[in-house]
Amino acid sequence: MANTRPDEKLKPWQDPQALPYVRIERVTKRFGDFVAVNQVSLDIYQGEAFCLLGASGCGKTTLLRMLAGFDDPSEGRLFIDGQDMTGIPPYERPVNMMFQSYALFPHMSVEDNVAFGLRQDGVPKAERQERVSEMLKLVALDGYGKRRPQQLSGGQRQRVALARSLVKRPKLLLLDEPLGALDKKLRENTQFELINLQEKLGVTFVIVTHDQEEAMTLASRIGVMNHGRILQTGTPSDIYEYPTSKYVADFIGSVNMFEGRLVEDEPDYVRIESPELGSTVYVDHGVASAPDAKVWVAVRPEKVRLDRERPDQSENVFNGTVKEIAYLGDVSRYLVALDSGKLVRVTQPNTDRRDDRVTWEERVWLSWSPGANVVVTQ
Amino acid sequence: MSGVAQPNLGQVLSGLLQALLGWAPVRAAQGRLKDWGVTGRMAVTAVPYLWLLVFFLVPFFIVLKISFSSVEIAMPPFAPLIQWADDKVMLIRLNLGNYQFLWEDELYSSALLNSLKMAGVSTTLALLVGYPMAYGIARSSREWRNILLMLVMLPFWTSFLLRVYAWIGLLGINSPINQMLLALGLIDEPVSLLQTDWAVYIGIVYSYLPFMVLPLYTAIEKLDGTLLEAAADLGCRPTRTFFSITLPLTKEGIVAGCMLVFIPATGEFVIPALLGGPDSLMIGRVLWEEFFNNRDWPVASAVAILLLLLLVGPIMLYQRVQQAAGGAHR
Repeated sequence: MANTRPDEKLKPWQDPQALPYVRIERVTKRFGDFVAVNQVSLDIYQGEAFCLLGASGCGKTTLLRMLAGFDDPSEGRLFIDGQDMTGIPPYERPVNMMFQSYALFPHMSVEDNVAFGLRQDGVPKAERQERVSEMLKLVALDGYGKRRPQQLSGGQRQRVALARSLVKRPKLLLLDEPLGALDKKLRENTQFELINLQEKLGVTFVIVTHDQEEAMTLASRIGVMNHGRILQTGTPSDIYEYPTSKYVADFIGSVNMFEGRLVEDEPDYVRIESPELGSTVYVDHGVASAPDAKVWVAVRPEKVRLDRERPDQSENVFNGTVKEIAYLGDVSRYLVALDSGKLVRVTQPNTDRRDDRVTWEERVWLSWSPGANVVVTQ
Repeated sequence: MSGVAQPNLGQVLSGLLQALLGWAPVRAAQGRLKDWGVTGRMAVTAVPYLWLLVFFLVPFFIVLKISFSSVEIAMPPFAPLIQWADDKVMLIRLNLGNYQFLWEDELYSSALLNSLKMAGVSTTLALLVGYPMAYGIARSSREWRNILLMLVMLPFWTSFLLRVYAWIGLLGINSPINQMLLALGLIDEPVSLLQTDWAVYIGIVYSYLPFMVLPLYTAIEKLDGTLLEAAADLGCRPTRTFFSITLPLTKEGIVAGCMLVFIPATGEFVIPALLGGPDSLMIGRVLWEEFFNNRDWPVASAVAILLLLLLVGPIMLYQRVQQAAGGAHR
């Protein structure tokens, strides 16, 4: 996966010396009274695959369109490679975009579609042909050059669109839901192809998607957006393991959220009392919050252990009744009702084959380590 | 319409149809037709064919027949093609002289060529005026679009003849346009466009503009805006995008609009008669004069047949483009 490449030492966003390739500076976009993008600031570095992730209408596509030059920011500025993009039309930007609908020209062959950008730049015919066939080979479409886009399958069209957007060798490629129109199986294969290509060509990717799995697979970093704002920026594992808000915790993966109140607030640990859990939760790190303020404890389902006997652990152990079981083969998902009535989602790997698994209406013990808790205040 | 709780018009009609089909005499007739191999589907498709047969093919053959006849002072003013000698021998007299006459007299070929030229120029002008109009309408906001389309079609609500007459007033020496231009000092003496080719062009473009704008509008409105964005993204400037993306992808509308203007413009009679001068001789006017002034029905019919044959070419071209476009979309 993109975030666990072994050869990398210091990530560019961790290096204070590194210059961002794309700088978004307090950008706001309004359509009438509607604020689509609200005071967004973001730095994206060379060679990154940055994912803008959010539900539809969160402003991610608007942000991408402003980078491409189709929309102008109402406020703020955009820099690409140090150059202020204000007032620069799309056809003069060092950026290419892959459209969600692919936007292939229906009256041109695959070859002409791919060659279109080169023709605009006045690339001589011989070089043009060479680069087009090289590009088509790269996306495994050699031999399809003479066909029309409408004679291709969805996956092939996606690759033509990719070839067309990469043939001009842009430093920055914008991808709008690049895999959205593909079926699930094809999507998984294409995700890895896309990342391989990105690494091979060294292009900076900015990807817009609403699919969190896609974002986790493709991205070096993810920016989670909601209501025109970026709520959190970080590597996929940062976002998953250390969400900073309820929205992010809930949007990425599934999560159990317990409302509570700080009762013990120490620099290296806190204790939170939650009526939903019926007792207190012990968290092994400090929390920046006002005492007595309302907080939420987030626990991922796979971090919850489920046992018949009370585990040998003094903190974070709770009693409940199994209400639902979904056997998915590799894992089983359980819904366990605590005595307060709160349902807790638990995911357990089916590591060995056995028949005496927990069943419906059985009393069980739920437990998790103090480090599994994430406390969010908003 | 809700359509769930209460039956709509379609349901009522289909109910009536059901009742009608259940009626005994109808069912008997249906059975009879079935015995002859006539099915309901055939009956339905037969209607337009019947229409064409009665109102197009039959008149066409009548005109064709007259074109092979010769003039006679009679009622109708042509010799019958088929005569019976002593009520026993059938005599068919085919007179090819009318066509030969058309070939030999330069009036007809020059009128025909002039018609094609006039129609060609006015179609081009209508396209040049209509395309930006259609583009503007297709790119305007939804509520404006309907108002603008209405405005395009509004002139149809008054008589065609009246509107062409109005141009006589607008193009003449004492027209308000001339007075305005004089007042502005743009011209030194009044200009009369009336009785020139330009008056005919203006008349045709004005009258047939909706037929140009509507198909163009449909084609441009269908055009996917992201294609234009994609072109810009790949480094294509707006003017170039227009010629390499917009124009080829709206070809269907261009061809349809041009045909809808060109075909009637070629045979146009009223506009050149009212606005044109003696030089702007068009085939429609020649036809009129042969028919009503000279009362030479056979020659007039021959001219009509010639005009029809001439227009079959562009119609077939139109058909082919339409079919090619249909194939490409599938």
